[in-house]
Amino acid sequence: MQDHAENNARKSRLDFGGALKDAFVAALVAFGLFSLMLGVVTKTGSTGTLTVSPRPGLLATSVAIVFAGRFLIALIARYRGKHRSGPLVPPRITSTVHKLERFVAPALLLFALAVPVLFFQNRYLLDLGILVLTYTMLAWGLNIVVGLAGLLDLGYVAFYAVGAYSYALLAKNFGFSFWLCLPLAGVLAAFWGVLLGFPVLRLRGDYLAIVTLAFGEIIRLVIVNWQDFTGGPNGISGIPRPSFFGIPFNNEPDGFAAIFNLEFTPTHRVVFLYYVILVLALITCLVTIRLRQLPIGRAWEALREDEIACRSLGINTTNTKLTAFATGALFAGFAGSFFATRQGFISPESFVFMESALVLAIVVLGGMGSQLGVAIAALAMIGGFELFRNFEQFRMLVFGAAMVGIMVWRPRGLVATRTPSVFLEDKKPIPASIIEEARQ
Amino acid sequence: MNSAPDLILDVRHLTMRFGGLVAVSDLSFTAERGKITAIIGPNGAGKTTLFNCITGFYQPTEGMLTLRHDNNRQFLLERLPEFKIAKQARVARTFQNIRLFPGMTALENLLIAQHNRLMKASGFTLLGLIGWWSYREAQKEAIDRARFWLDRIGLLDRADDPAGALAYGQQRRLEIARAMCAEPVLLCLDEPAAGLNPREALQLNKFLLDLRAETNTSILLIEHHMRVVMEISDHIVVLDYGQKIAEGAPAQIKNDPKVIAAYLGVEAQEVA
Repeated sequence: MQDHAENNARKSRLDFGGALKDAFVAALVAFGLFSLMLGVVTKTGSTGTLTVSPRPGLLATSVAIVFAGRFLIALIARYRGKHRSGPLVPPRITSTVHKLERFVAPALLLFALAVPVLFFQNRYLLDLGILVLTYTMLAWGLNIVVGLAGLLDLGYVAFYAVGAYSYALLAKNFGFSFWLCLPLAGVLAAFWGVLLGFPVLRLRGDYLAIVTLAFGEIIRLVIVNWQDFTGGPNGISGIPRPSFFGIPFNNEPDGFAAIFNLEFTPTHRVVFLYYVILVLALITCLVTIRLRQLPIGRAWEALREDEIACRSLGINTTNTKLTAFATGALFAGFAGSFFATRQGFISPESFVFMESALVLAIVVLGGMGSQLGVAIAALAMIGGFELFRNFEQFRMLVFGAAMVGIMVWRPRGLVATRTPSVFLEDKKPIPASIIEEARQ
Repeated sequence: MNSAPDLILDVRHLTMRFGGLVAVSDLSFTAERGKITAIIGPNGAGKTTLFNCITGFYQPTEGMLTLRHDNNRQFLLERLPEFKIAKQARVARTFQNIRLFPGMTALENLLIAQHNRLMKASGFTLLGLIGWWSYREAQKEAIDRARFWLDRIGLLDRADDPAGALAYGQQRRLEIARAMCAEPVLLCLDEPAAGLNPREALQLNKFLLDLRAETNTSILLIEHHMRVVMEISDHIVVLDYGQKIAEGAPAQIKNDPKVIAAYLGVEAQEVA
């Protein structure tokens, strides 16, 4: 006991020895890691032989940076008595963030509506906007499964693929229009969601995650190998582009530009696509918000909190999980068929595990169950990804660093509070710490 | 009242084995409608196992569990999955270690208990999605029912607070209220007085007696707190090592040498 107190007293002063020890350990780890990653480089010689050449300078520099950085951090942490101090973010800042939150959602919505007007000339930004909205929609869909129902789904991209291929095949083989294919693709994806759900839903947590991961791969491999039906690795090209409710976007007399007396530009189609995905994403969001206030949504959340209690209250947990899976898959199917019509070409390459991981990362970063947090996270992640496109090599590095940073400062995601679905007097946001604490 | 008692629950030759371990062995007893039946016994006697068999969380190895509604509808509980026992046979339960939905408000906890009713009213979500009037009315009714029970357990002012933030005694009461919101015919309480202070235990006694008087709900109670058991129960079943060692009115049980032996650990021979 006394020892402990002495320790604390000593640590409150600048503790160079301890910090040095920490820094040394960190430098050692860095040396171990970097000696292969940075310390050696392979070069192709003139005759085509590979030669390994060491880069001691770079290795020494990076290890030195790690040493110095860790030393400083350790010193500061010890000085502040890290183990006793409260949250890293002072409560004052957190409360202002809370106040701002109310204005963020409408502001974001207005901005999203205005993007095509503001950046009409900037085709690149419009495309980026479409991409961000597609991922927002996917993340909102996955949010139902992961955030509300608490079922960890690592194979979400499978339903996205089902939606995309449903649209591509239906439109190409039967000439169905986009607006007819959209619900069909959604229903087919939901059907696959139920089909996957049946055998899997006895599993929980990590086990469920592994099986969904496998399911995602199965769908992808079936697409790759079923050449006659899906075109295999070559994918499907020449998927019909969307028309403005029957009016095509082309430079013909009966095209969109001519009918509306506009000068023809291919941007019309992009703007139309932008608004289509914006509407689809908003539908996803609104339906989710509405579902949360209905018994089914409340049952999803209850399922996440305590499955046994749910069963003791007469809730059919199998059906409840299946509906969560199906609803999530439905929106992935919509997003998939939008993706197919936008790209005009789809191949299994677009539906790899990385996509599932990205969408899941958006949901986790945004704060599970929070619509606004997820939207911001999608904007930051996808937008950020594009921002660092020029630094191709360091993209994943920055991405990883950002993830670590957010997990340190906001371990439960950007918006970690839960809004009650119903209230008697006033709606108080529930801090995640309460949910977390009670679970331990 | 005539001589034939009005039984709500009839347990016959119930046996529950886990591999080589016999948790409940050939147990038969009955519970009367509108009465409080207590099940007591030392730790590990099989009380909670019995509860799990009644509420369908365990599938009994042998035996028959019959539940009778007052319209003479019968349910064979050993054949139903747990959610159907709660939904159709209308048996509600609480848990030894409280199982609330900690991240949801007290009010939400009580609404989830009314899930099946609300689900039907919301047209299995489809009508609710478009804001159908029948759902809005059902929701209002459900909130009123929740408000009533919150008032009864003295937590009306905490309705919008997360259940996880409530004090221990309040959580216990909320769990009972949640079970009552499902409007059960049989309420199974697994150690409702565990961890309560004497004053709270006294309140609980009064609450349970009022409950029985007002709603005519039959109560099945596991309890260690002898004061609670002796004061409120109409009928007591004593278990030890999975077997029934005594059964009867509280006064009778209090003086039963076998029960005293089971609790105080006296050798059976010395008693006999």
